[in-house]
Amino acid sequence: MKSAVVTFPGSNRERDMMHALELVSGRKPEAVWHADTSLPDVDLVVLPGGFSYGDYLRSGAIAARAPVMDAIRAFAARGGLVLGVCNGFQMLTEAGLLPGALMRNAGLTFVCREVLLETASTANRFTAGMRKGETWRCPVAHHDGNYFADAQTIARLEGGDRVAFRYASGTNPNGSVNDIAGITNEAGNVLGMMPHPENYVDAQQASTDGRAFFESICEAFAAA
Amino acid sequence: MIPNDIAITPELVEAHGLKPDEYERILALIGREPTFTELGIFSAMWNEHCSYKSSKKWLKTLPTTGPRVIQGPGENAGVVDIGDGEVVVFKMESHNHPSYIEPYQGAATGVGGILRDVFTMGARPVAAMNALRFGAPEHPRTKHLVSGVVAGVGGYGNSFGVPTVGGEVEFHARYNGNCLVNAFAAGIARADGIFLSKAEGVGLPVVYLGAKTGRDGVGGATMASAEFDETIEEKRPTVQVGDPFTEKCLLEACLELMATGAVVAIQDMGAAGLTCSAVEMGAKGNLGITLDLDAVPVREERMTAYEMMLSESQERMLMVLKPEKEDEAKAIFRKWGLDFAIVGMTTDTLRFIVNHQGETVADLPIKELGDEAPEYDRPWVESPKREVLAAGTIAEPDDYAAALLTLVGNANGASRRWVYEQYDTLVQGNTLASPGGDAGVIRVGTGGKALAFTVDVTPRYVEADPFEGGKQAIAECWRNLTAVGAEPLAATDNLNFGNPERPEIMGQLVGAIKGIGEACRALDFPIVSGNVSLYNETSGEGILPTPAIGGVGLLPDLSRRAAAAFASEGDVIAVIGGHGTHLGQSAYLRDILGREEGAPPPVDLAAERRRGDFVRELIRAGRVTAVHDISSGGLAVALAEMAMAGAKGARVKVPAPAHAALFGEDQGRYVLTCSAEEAASVLEDALDAGFEIVEIGRVEGSDLTVEDILTISVAKLRETHETWFPHYMAGA
Repeated sequence: MKSAVVTFPGSNRERDMMHALELVSGRKPEAVWHADTSLPDVDLVVLPGGFSYGDYLRSGAIAARAPVMDAIRAFAARGGLVLGVCNGFQMLTEAGLLPGALMRNAGLTFVCREVLLETASTANRFTAGMRKGETWRCPVAHHDGNYFADAQTIARLEGGDRVAFRYASGTNPNGSVNDIAGITNEAGNVLGMMPHPENYVDAQQASTDGRAFFESICEAFAAA
Repeated sequence: MIPNDIAITPELVEAHGLKPDEYERILALIGREPTFTELGIFSAMWNEHCSYKSSKKWLKTLPTTGPRVIQGPGENAGVVDIGDGEVVVFKMESHNHPSYIEPYQGAATGVGGILRDVFTMGARPVAAMNALRFGAPEHPRTKHLVSGVVAGVGGYGNSFGVPTVGGEVEFHARYNGNCLVNAFAAGIARADGIFLSKAEGVGLPVVYLGAKTGRDGVGGATMASAEFDETIEEKRPTVQVGDPFTEKCLLEACLELMATGAVVAIQDMGAAGLTCSAVEMGAKGNLGITLDLDAVPVREERMTAYEMMLSESQERMLMVLKPEKEDEAKAIFRKWGLDFAIVGMTTDTLRFIVNHQGETVADLPIKELGDEAPEYDRPWVESPKREVLAAGTIAEPDDYAAALLTLVGNANGASRRWVYEQYDTLVQGNTLASPGGDAGVIRVGTGGKALAFTVDVTPRYVEADPFEGGKQAIAECWRNLTAVGAEPLAATDNLNFGNPERPEIMGQLVGAIKGIGEACRALDFPIVSGNVSLYNETSGEGILPTPAIGGVGLLPDLSRRAAAAFASEGDVIAVIGGHGTHLGQSAYLRDILGREEGAPPPVDLAAERRRGDFVRELIRAGRVTAVHDISSGGLAVALAEMAMAGAKGARVKVPAPAHAALFGEDQGRYVLTCSAEEAASVLEDALDAGFEIVEIGRVEGSDLTVEDILTISVAKLRETHETWFPHYMAGA
């Protein structure tokens, strides 16, 4: 699988993401700059975590209007895989590639802790290789991760099997509606999630539970 | 607009924090009356914060060298060799007064300042810590300060993208009017890629980088060197505002620029901004500097020379560049959206000249400004010795279980989870041990190496005996690094004290520095950087003397390390260093009996070193399953922490008097666990080496039981431990 990671001014988990992608896919991801207007020839584009442009407007709002986003929209429209983690998820909602919004955490403070995630759907190109219903360890680190959408949108997400991940066993850290931790678009080629699987991939980290997620993405391309 | 020819009156001199004799010295140095801008420049350079005028004489006595030390105090941060051509760059610095006035921004810019100190030297920051001290929980201002400071520390560090791996949070009424916010940062660089502030070469461009200059923080360094009184609220405009986004961009731009070989010298603009950075670069390099303020990027209109020279706007740097690399440098800064302006030139005149709107507003001798700040040998008196309290004279608790629950569940003993969950502890993906253990650990590179970090001091010990308390701060820091298996490399000291013009306070400072020096020498643990914060008083009452020590240790093989959590049912629990006897100044005496009395536990540095070296060898040989140092609260609290971390109980036995054995804070001790098979040989080896080691019990079940004394379920311990902080912060 060929991948690329977009760096915005203020991104701070782009190296973590590159480490995870390289470890699992065996290929070094391409680096893309926010001011670029085209993307390299890749299968997956990742919008990493951080505080793009300081998140001084709504989180992800300025990044959603960065020059590179037109190329990402076009890439997604062609069926390319787009993953947004944390600040990347916020960008995807701000860019209109995913529905809903990430509001301030219910506790009103930044929260960094381990949660349990349930793989709630495997009906998309990211989690197809994972086991539905399985729970796994994953850290979160965010201030604005409280997923919200109107009842109609939630019904559409739930009905369309588009909730990829849910906080499990009462570990919802931010008040997200229906314990939603990650969702996909209708076509299943754009996924946004608040937790950081990229920080749980190698044997020296607290857990390797995040690996299965990246392996699942890789498998999609190995099979093709 | 304030004119530069404003008359210099004694009142104006005093308002600048300069004493009459200091002003006389200025007159003698320059042979005329200073201009208003010059007065501001002197006040910035000669205040306590920048010049260390009260502490320098004593700081010089600290050991600052060692086989691994590449750069000791005097630069932005200390530099220590960690092998493989890599170095760790670190420092700790206070931001106490700004944080008391405006907790969020004060703490945030404290973190920003220390991060900048580290990357100014060419290192990418990889770990942060903080030592926070607040007034009594019930004091009306405390909760507001805790919530603001913690949010500010997190707000800056999380956005910048550095993991916070450790720290301390304590409460005591003596900090009611003066909280302490000490921020630590460490970075990694190549040994051949270190950048210093010493300018070299005449006629080279002096370049201003980063954010624009505003009026924020004008006079901040002078404010930080003054005692607080009721007019404190009026000082809010002197607190700077932090912008972690710009700092993150500045980090990336600086590291990118340094890699091009364009940088001759670099200095961040911290306290007293443009003044301090320019003077230091010139004075260290034996060069003059001429600044043209018309070229300084500003964000406010009609700023005066005085304001520009004293502004403490954050996220700014000054560099001396190779002229042929100017375009390359400019392109890098444009890419990151940062200001880049040539604001001056190095000269061979040894003068510090500042021009503004066609006028020379300052023309001063640069060496004298930088190096000849007044230095005081302030009078001091030794703190009176306190009586050593025999355990037999101290009451046992009516209920041991209740006493232990108090110690793990009160303001100073409860879990700090509420605090550290607001910090990103995992960003960069290298965190091996996050806050809550003896020391935070991060891996370095891919060669299997790791670094350990801890920050420690026990202010009540320092208050009771500055010399022993100073020793203990170093010893505990060294011990915490050892307890995870690291070789302690070096430390940074952040000396927070009251008003040094009072002989008893000066005596605390002198005593503590002597103790720190003695312990550093005995443990080969040099001080490579640091910061002094004096005048921490409000309305005449000083804080507890608080020399916070930040230590760094090296783990050559990260798989050979230890943690405090009980690992396996049936593991044998042993204490190295003997049973507790000393209850003076203990948490037990303070929190259960309500007495802050007696001499603190003495530190036997030779024993400390030998025991620590032995424990480290056991860890590295893989012979122990858990290690935890015994500190505040004694053996009982240490066992409770190990039980909670491992979610496993234990059954132990201690000799009478049980309160001394369980709550005594005798120094240089560790709790170890090892497998049943390994235990006999570990005990034998310890005894052969002449150590006092006692087997006290086993890891067992789901209760912590001290035979005939107490039984508490681990679940109950944990519930008690986790409740206080969130409950306190949520309370009305």
